[in-house]
Amino acid sequence: MSSRRSRSRQSGGSRITDDQINDLVIKLQQLLPEIRNRHSDKVSAAKVLQETCNYIRSLHREVDDLSERLSELLATTDNAQAAIIRSLLMQ
Amino acid sequence: MNPQHLNASSLKSRFTRRFLRALTKINAQKPISSSSPREIFQRYGRIKAAADKSMANSVRSRRTWSRAMLWKLRSRSYRQASSGRRSAVKTSTTTSHQAIRKKTNHEKENKPTKTGEDQVGFVVQADELRELVPGGEAMDLCNLLDETAHYIKCLTTQVQVMKKIVDFYSL
Repeated sequence: MSSRRSRSRQSGGSRITDDQINDLVIKLQQLLPEIRNRHSDKVSAAKVLQETCNYIRSLHREVDDLSERLSELLATTDNAQAAIIRSLLMQ
Repeated sequence: MNPQHLNASSLKSRFTRRFLRALTKINAQKPISSSSPREIFQRYGRIKAAADKSMANSVRSRRTWSRAMLWKLRSRSYRQASSGRRSAVKTSTTTSHQAIRKKTNHEKENKPTKTGEDQVGFVVQADELRELVPGGEAMDLCNLLDETAHYIKCLTTQVQVMKKIVDFYSL
């Protein structure tokens, strides 16, 4: 009883339970490439969040890297080729 | 068919279409000396912004992070267009935060009652996550985790499509 009182100390809004948070953490875990392969129930929530932060950072780095390569490629490729590639990708 | 699978493929095609359109526009703006490092750097910035913008537009306003990202991109382009007016930047960032807070719960402090030292690590990581996900500062924990999952899904789609484009271009 007392634990429920301390948990529901939020003003207005929805009462967020531990189970909801656990479910969301598990859902996040499924998206992470490394943890997905290990036994899923032995990973703590803090570890999942840490891996999530690392994964997002690595994805940002990849986007930066790909943008840079695209920028260099755009400098050299000519436009006719680009139109052909675009029509190929549109399928 | 799994409806989530359907959503992923149409998100991919929406993003691809928008991004390719933006790329051809950027390609058309090429000056004569397009291989100088400065030009390449400027174009890199434009491409990256176009990728983020295409992704946020493909998600529209259905997600808090996409709304926050569109706000950020719009205020940045507004700032670049009128570089003399410094005050405009400050007001736009504060109003964007207010706009996000109006649409989501105002709960920022939301410590889960987990036992042990796990709780402290969890809260620290959650704050780190808030900095990475656009608009994360104004979200409560539940929404933050939900938005993170969707954000990761969209980021992986973005990386996939960009990789394919780079592969095609470097043929």
